[in-house]
Amino acid sequence: MREFAKLYQRLDETTKTNDKVLAMREYFSQASGTDAAYALYFLLGNKLKPSLPTRIIRRAARLGAEVPEWLFEETYQWVGDLAETAAAMAKGRSHGGQETLSETIAERLLPLLRSASGSQRSTRKSSLSSDRRMEMDESLASTLVELWSRYDLLERFVFNKLLTGNLRVGVSAKLVTKALSQWCGVPSEELCHRMMGEWEPSETFFKQLVAPEYSGSSPAKPYPFCLAHPLPQGYSEENSVVDFFAEWKWDGIRAQLVRRAGRTYLWSRGEELLEGRFPEIELAAEVLPDGLVLDGEVLGFRDGEPLAFTLLQRRIQRRKPGVKLLGEVPVVFTAFDILEHEGKDVRQEAYQKRRRLLESLDWGGACGGQAMRISEVFSFSDWGALFQKRDTAREHGSEGLMLKHRHGRYDVGRVTGTWWKSKVTPYTVDAVLVYAQRGHGRRAGMFSDYTFALWEEDRLVPFAKAYSGLSDQEITRVDRWIKENTQKKFGPVHEVPAVLVMELAFENLQESSRHKSGIAVRFPRIVRWREDKRAGDADRLEDIRKMLKG
Amino acid sequence: MFRDLLECTPRGLYCPAGDFYVDPWASVDCAILTHAHADHARSGSKRYLSAKSSESLLRVRLGQSIDLQTVAYGESLRIKDARVSLHPAGHILGSSQVRIEVAGRVALITGDYKLQSDLTCDAWEPVRCDLMVSESTFGLPVFRWPETRLVIQEMIGWWEENQRQGRTSLLLAYSVGKAQRVLAEIFRECGVEVASKVAVHGAMLGPNRAYVSAGVALPELPSAASLGGQHDWSESLVIGPPSTQSTPWMERFSDPSIAMASGWMAIRGTRRRRNVERGFVLSDHVDWPDLLTAIGQCQPEQVWVTHGFSEVVSRYLTECGTAAEVLQTRFAGEESEPTLAEKSEEAS
Repeated sequence: MREFAKLYQRLDETTKTNDKVLAMREYFSQASGTDAAYALYFLLGNKLKPSLPTRIIRRAARLGAEVPEWLFEETYQWVGDLAETAAAMAKGRSHGGQETLSETIAERLLPLLRSASGSQRSTRKSSLSSDRRMEMDESLASTLVELWSRYDLLERFVFNKLLTGNLRVGVSAKLVTKALSQWCGVPSEELCHRMMGEWEPSETFFKQLVAPEYSGSSPAKPYPFCLAHPLPQGYSEENSVVDFFAEWKWDGIRAQLVRRAGRTYLWSRGEELLEGRFPEIELAAEVLPDGLVLDGEVLGFRDGEPLAFTLLQRRIQRRKPGVKLLGEVPVVFTAFDILEHEGKDVRQEAYQKRRRLLESLDWGGACGGQAMRISEVFSFSDWGALFQKRDTAREHGSEGLMLKHRHGRYDVGRVTGTWWKSKVTPYTVDAVLVYAQRGHGRRAGMFSDYTFALWEEDRLVPFAKAYSGLSDQEITRVDRWIKENTQKKFGPVHEVPAVLVMELAFENLQESSRHKSGIAVRFPRIVRWREDKRAGDADRLEDIRKMLKG
Repeated sequence: MFRDLLECTPRGLYCPAGDFYVDPWASVDCAILTHAHADHARSGSKRYLSAKSSESLLRVRLGQSIDLQTVAYGESLRIKDARVSLHPAGHILGSSQVRIEVAGRVALITGDYKLQSDLTCDAWEPVRCDLMVSESTFGLPVFRWPETRLVIQEMIGWWEENQRQGRTSLLLAYSVGKAQRVLAEIFRECGVEVASKVAVHGAMLGPNRAYVSAGVALPELPSAASLGGQHDWSESLVIGPPSTQSTPWMERFSDPSIAMASGWMAIRGTRRRRNVERGFVLSDHVDWPDLLTAIGQCQPEQVWVTHGFSEVVSRYLTECGTAAEVLQTRFAGEESEPTLAEKSEEAS
């Protein structure tokens, strides 16, 4: 635990990529196989399941520090991080202990999580009295207080991070893989592939992972996804458009469809098996040949037209969709690439060759049916025509175009130059800041989460929340202004007078009955602070309604 | 009910019975100063009173020519109808709590204070009182200071690691108080021999001399600027005020590792916002447990809470059975976390 906590601290303290890689490499080189497996598991953003309900952590923190609930909440609001607040309030050792990471997990964390989920289950099952439930919470909380006392502040903090789920220590999967690769000598791309899909953090897994020859393949294993970069400004001036094929860029769920050993596996980009969620796709795939892996997008689709992402969202949330939902939001798998053909990895083949393979595939009648399609491909002789096509994307229910180099192979991760994405210019509006909340992470404690409103007659109607886009200096100024101008507080939410105007950009609009404004916006972000504008100059809700299509 | 004792006025805390102010923020006739930090000691008043050990620092900060009367800790003084004495606050050299007694009622103004030991100043003393005016800079239960010795050992470990890598160790610390405390602790741990590898920012030379003249043992240290362009910084520990971060002054050092010593370093968010590689949790203020201990030992009937998380602390005290209220100061109050620049004490 000590070493892993120190690794966390080193990663947290530096912004230099090389230092981070070095810190991880050094960790892997001294850790036991089990410890390394767990460290890798957490660094990649995985969490222990089930995680501990945060109410237990809050209760334990209050219990250990002997503070009332409001004081805990007030402090948590200021600190902005639950794991940190609880760790800092707790009493414990002043020096680190001797326990290894896997001991901490096996002997402390997992038993706690198990008894927590056990008590959760019995509460649900037997409609326990609320007294009994409180008692169970209390007993879990006092166990946690006892556990905290074994560790020093840093260990407690990391321990809590593991309890609450995400480590979030600012290393990408790519960086972690790079460090691992430098240490064990297996190339990053190969490691990436070996780590795809679901795996248990065990010594056996880790040994197989870093061994020169891989021996652990399973039929379900997907390939690492190839990702696109935004098309850089001025790219069109120096490059020939004829080298590229273009496709619509869809706002759906990126997925990989694996057909092996007579079975179908549908994987999300987050490497989660989507088993059972999209039965119509799995059914359609049954006729596809074995030894086939397709890359594509799951889209809500009806009458030859893609449905809004908000509709598809209803499907994502359902593990086993009912008949009604299946009827309301039918989906389709739009295949746009082929990674394995007749059991052979074809990712090194040029895009145009893979595309021919995809088109000539024996689809057994599946393609063009209800749930399976191939993407449309365009080619252009000049960039102007391409951009013109791109700007009609919204009419086709798409976000823009994907550009794929004719001779490009199927790369691992975000490699520059293979795939580009070119989105339609986003919508923008000038909106008034009306509520603010303290942020998390690097902005913990600062007012950096804002709610914006637009005018409707003489009222301001909240319509979007935005977190990103301002510089640190701007956030500091806005933060101070909010502290000095708060009119009312609703728990953590501060209401401020209508003064600050900011320009917001967003990707898309949909009608929504869940929002006060009647409109749901996708990916709202701040473009700039319009200090030249007064609240009265901000846009009106009707302006934005006009942007709604159809 | 403490009207004769203390009043909160636009110029600061005022004692009507004695016709004087404590740490006023405007010019007045008679000002008692708790300590030499800029947010407490302001120039422009006619006459000042402070603890004897504060004199050298105050003259560095406010000028040699100020009209300053000093008293020893514990020495009682009559000012009009008030009886006044100063008691160590443990914050920095010469820092005092002000005890004011009028008609048998006692008020205690803590100024800034801490209970942790400090080699460079007298230790805080509990003073029984009816009304206590307490700061609350770190008045949240997440603030629990680690032992000073552990922090200093960690700091030395950081310095040694940097020496191995040939990097300058640049420690940001307030010029008055924190810098001298850190230096004294480091020399105690490592011996004064290491002084040859230590330099300070020019703004610290005056305060260092003031400490030495008040009897604190500190070796003579050069300013970084006086060491010239050819100096080898690869093994150096340099102490600079927080405001020097990303200024040209820093460019002279070889690939510096930048750290900061402050109570705010206890929280990851404030540490990351400061953009320092390392944060050492070292404060000259009371943490949460010590704040409660101090109030418990002084046994006031009522507490006025100021400077920091006043709302939180006063609500908590009230719930625990001690009458408390927020003392409105001209500082923005608890909502605004004092930016470190505001708290920093730059002589320059």
